[in-house]
Amino acid sequence: MELPRYHRMRRALYHLEGSACAACGGRFFPPRSVCPSCRKGDLAPYRFSGRGTLYSYTRVGQAPRGFASLAPYDVGMVRLEEGPLVTAQLSDTEGVDLAIGMPVEMVTRTLRDAAEHGYIVYGYKFRPLLRP
Amino acid sequence: MRDVGIIGIGQTPVAEHWGRSIRDLAVEAVQAARQDAGVERVDAIYVGNMLSGELAGQENLATLVADAAGLLPVEALKVEAACASGGAALRAACLAVASGAHDYVLAVGVEKMTDLLTDGVTAALATAADADYEAGHGISFVALNAMLMRRYMHEHKARHEDFAPFSVNSHRNAARNPRAMYRHEITPEDFMASPIVSDPINILDSAGICDGAAALLVAPASEARRGRRPPVRIAASTCATDTVGLAERKDPLVWQSVADSARLAYAQAKMAPKDIDLFEVHDAFTIVSVLSLEACGFADRGSALKLAAEGRIAREGDIPICTLGGLKGRGHPVGASGAYQLVETVLQLRGEAGEAQVKGARVGMAQSVGGSGSVAITHILTV
Repeated sequence: MELPRYHRMRRALYHLEGSACAACGGRFFPPRSVCPSCRKGDLAPYRFSGRGTLYSYTRVGQAPRGFASLAPYDVGMVRLEEGPLVTAQLSDTEGVDLAIGMPVEMVTRTLRDAAEHGYIVYGYKFRPLLRP
Repeated sequence: MRDVGIIGIGQTPVAEHWGRSIRDLAVEAVQAARQDAGVERVDAIYVGNMLSGELAGQENLATLVADAAGLLPVEALKVEAACASGGAALRAACLAVASGAHDYVLAVGVEKMTDLLTDGVTAALATAADADYEAGHGISFVALNAMLMRRYMHEHKARHEDFAPFSVNSHRNAARNPRAMYRHEITPEDFMASPIVSDPINILDSAGICDGAAALLVAPASEARRGRRPPVRIAASTCATDTVGLAERKDPLVWQSVADSARLAYAQAKMAPKDIDLFEVHDAFTIVSVLSLEACGFADRGSALKLAAEGRIAREGDIPICTLGGLKGRGHPVGASGAYQLVETVLQLRGEAGEAQVKGARVGMAQSVGGSGSVAITHILTV
């Protein structure tokens, strides 16, 4: 991930910051500047709790360029408790039987190959809930 | 708006064309379409392509193709809608002719994928997804489809083997298409024995990486009727969109862009699903066929697998799909696939599909889907 892009995305990557619509109350991740529900433009930053359940998952065996050092890795779609779905890598899944509906929580981890640009890109992943 | 017809078609075989460049492939398809039509005149060329910048290091592609095909100084523009780019090129050509801006327009789909190794192609294909929130997290395109498939199996209590008939059907039809890449039949047992790519998706759920180009020459329908080939009319041409990020949809298993583009197409053609004699489905993965058939009104939600199990998608069935092999059997040179689907639909409607001919086909629908259901382009062709 290029440095300016990484810097631009830091709030979303570190804090799972999306947006909330002042007009209709809709909450969205990733952040938006126009509300996809009511189509108005009055949105403010909103930080999600990071708790949710697994909507679906799979394992990436053939990693895209930039992710080879992580392969194979699990990825999933997570239904956040506030409503939105988020697509992310899963973490700490070794020895865990993944299942649709299982509770998960956000953690901050290394997202991709560090060698790519010479710096480490951190961001959200989800792991099976440690303490229910 | 003027009625538009297709007066010429051309295609290269779909293969790993190690010895041929993106321009070689495009020129072969263009020349074949012009020869088929017996028409010299070309007023504009729209080149559908997804990844020439990523995979061939070449943008400004349409001008390159126009030059290589000896068409300078005509209008030439690249049209990109991810894996629906080939369909988008015909949509652009159709608009240009219908509006009266041009009379003879070439729509080309071309992709050259095999110069790179798999990790490079995988990364390039992921550019159809959300770069910041999907691809940037290492979510490959196959992974997105795998998550859809797992969720579908969960909600509808389906087994992996239930998806086999789609792959079996595409291979059976490809075996009867001399231009197809995978000209061998497979059994449900072969399907289940195929190695997993991203579980539950295996190799035989997935369309392969390859090269190819296909082209169509369009003209006002009045000209088409005077042409040397049986005239094929474009009865509908539509495009609809949905979120690029799969997770941002209310229900990822409802492909709304596909449903919307089909609904608009039925309205334009004054037709319903029952009027369609064959359907070129965007079977990039078996799950895509399932979700597309449900979105287009051929099966109720959760019941497309039954349609396939009953053999209704076969050439002899009531809704034949992927009649010349589809993306799975013919091959999926991504930005070209939409153009191949349309060329194949024309072959069927002209009665020129040989061993793969659907008897009595008079109405064909071809649909290209870009991203994970984020853009859908639907055409209905008639004779």
